[in-house]
Amino acid sequence: MEFEKPLPLQTPAATPFWKGLQDETVRLQQCDGCSHWVFYPRNHCPRCLESSLTWRDVSGEATLYSFTIARQPTAPHFADEVPQLLAIVELKEGVRMTSTLIHVEPEELRVGLPLEPYFDHVSNEVTLLRFTNNSDKTCE
Amino acid sequence: MGLNGTAAIVGYAQWPHVRRYTDEKRFTIDQWAELTKQALKDADLSIDQVNGIVCSEIREADMFTPATIVEYLGRPVNFAERVDLGGANPVGMVWRAAAAIELGIADVVICATPGRPIPSNPNRGPVDPRRYFQSSSHKWGSPQAEFEIPFGNLAQNCGYAMIAQRYASEFDYKPEALAKLVVHQRESAALNPLAAFYQKPVTADDVLSSRMIADPLRMLEIVMPVAGGGAVVVASKEIARQCPHDPVWITGFGEHLTMKTPTFAKDLCRSPVGPASQTAFEMADISRKEIDACEIYDCYTITVLLTIEDAGFCEKGEGMEFILDHDLGFAGDFPVNTHGGQLGMGQAGAAGGMTQVIEGACQIMGRAGDRQVESCRNVYVSGTGGIMSEQAALILQGS
Repeated sequence: MEFEKPLPLQTPAATPFWKGLQDETVRLQQCDGCSHWVFYPRNHCPRCLESSLTWRDVSGEATLYSFTIARQPTAPHFADEVPQLLAIVELKEGVRMTSTLIHVEPEELRVGLPLEPYFDHVSNEVTLLRFTNNSDKTCE
Repeated sequence: MGLNGTAAIVGYAQWPHVRRYTDEKRFTIDQWAELTKQALKDADLSIDQVNGIVCSEIREADMFTPATIVEYLGRPVNFAERVDLGGANPVGMVWRAAAAIELGIADVVICATPGRPIPSNPNRGPVDPRRYFQSSSHKWGSPQAEFEIPFGNLAQNCGYAMIAQRYASEFDYKPEALAKLVVHQRESAALNPLAAFYQKPVTADDVLSSRMIADPLRMLEIVMPVAGGGAVVVASKEIARQCPHDPVWITGFGEHLTMKTPTFAKDLCRSPVGPASQTAFEMADISRKEIDACEIYDCYTITVLLTIEDAGFCEKGEGMEFILDHDLGFAGDFPVNTHGGQLGMGQAGAAGGMTQVIEGACQIMGRAGDRQVESCRNVYVSGTGGIMSEQAALILQGS
């Protein structure tokens, strides 16, 4: 049986986020009402329910909030990624997102590890936001 | 606020948990009816007295679940609920049954969670590869389909592992304490003929040398899927007094939900069972010290650790020391999961958490045999759904 890797089912509210990644820019929404940074993208602020949110370019600088090393695939679709370096990443703005780490040795992993964005152009239409602590390798 | 404690568990049915189910496979609605029949028999009640049901999902219908079950049972009801709290379903089901009874809209309510395999469909088409996404919604518009599934953040192991890893960065993480917890539970399971690990105790070394699945969680810290199922009968005070077993009064409950994906938890180390348990203890007007046994939802060791801390049995960050300092066996000074828990019984899908409710009732009724907790009157039960995202607590008390 073929297991094609699942790509993000993109939604209209998140279009600026996905377009930003294609241009190697991280964009987040910020609430016009309470200044709360928002992720995942949506039409209401999850702190005050204000529906006026503004997209802003951010640096993508982050730290590792938590992680695990999946020694067996979480689904057959990811068998080629084992050991999967799954991560909860906290951006400088305070929002958290799920990602995977790339060009990182499992032994280097620790909570609080400084991370930079790694734009993984998985197809012409889709760029995934992964993270790394080794930007030298990302330039190879 | 809350319950007066005038509804009680009066009977139950607990199917054995088995790794390989070899008997005839039946549909979920058949299993529902069989569990109902057995639980009513245990309570010495008849189907004609039932006027409420609380269910969770069934495999044969995506919608109209309660009506489907009521029709099969052939018994009209005044109260029908479907609960959607994953592993917290059984706890959520039981308090809803008690609330309906206290409101006077039902007298006898069945809460059942079948967990055996159903027959294979001879006409099924090709397998949908998305079935591996399990409880993660893969539907367009679901935040998981857009932001989680593409990274392989699926199923439960990795979410719980990331909770454990975060805990290890903030507090003292002692693998030997979690191994001790497993040893205690497997000792109890070894005495429980209904457990998948009946007569199969393990040592701390077995746990610590079992295969790493998702760091820092090892195989013996993770539940094994099994076939099983369980049901309880909840009844009014008037009916409870006529039943053969000592009534198990439902005196307190709490429920708390915060998110779906742990990435969006405000604080991964402080779980929703905290507020849920606080509500339950206040409602029952009982202190932690008065609890004789804890039946704690245990999909993973880390779940039990966080529940012991967040429910207030010890301070945050001191759970590992607490486990090392106490005997968690049924004869110990802090009995936990006296039936073996799900780590010892195996996890029969959504029926897993029902083992904790049934064991609480079983201990208070004094029917636990070889693993009976001495003079067990007050029991704390917890339920955990998703990845510590939706949790509930119950206080059960004897007369």
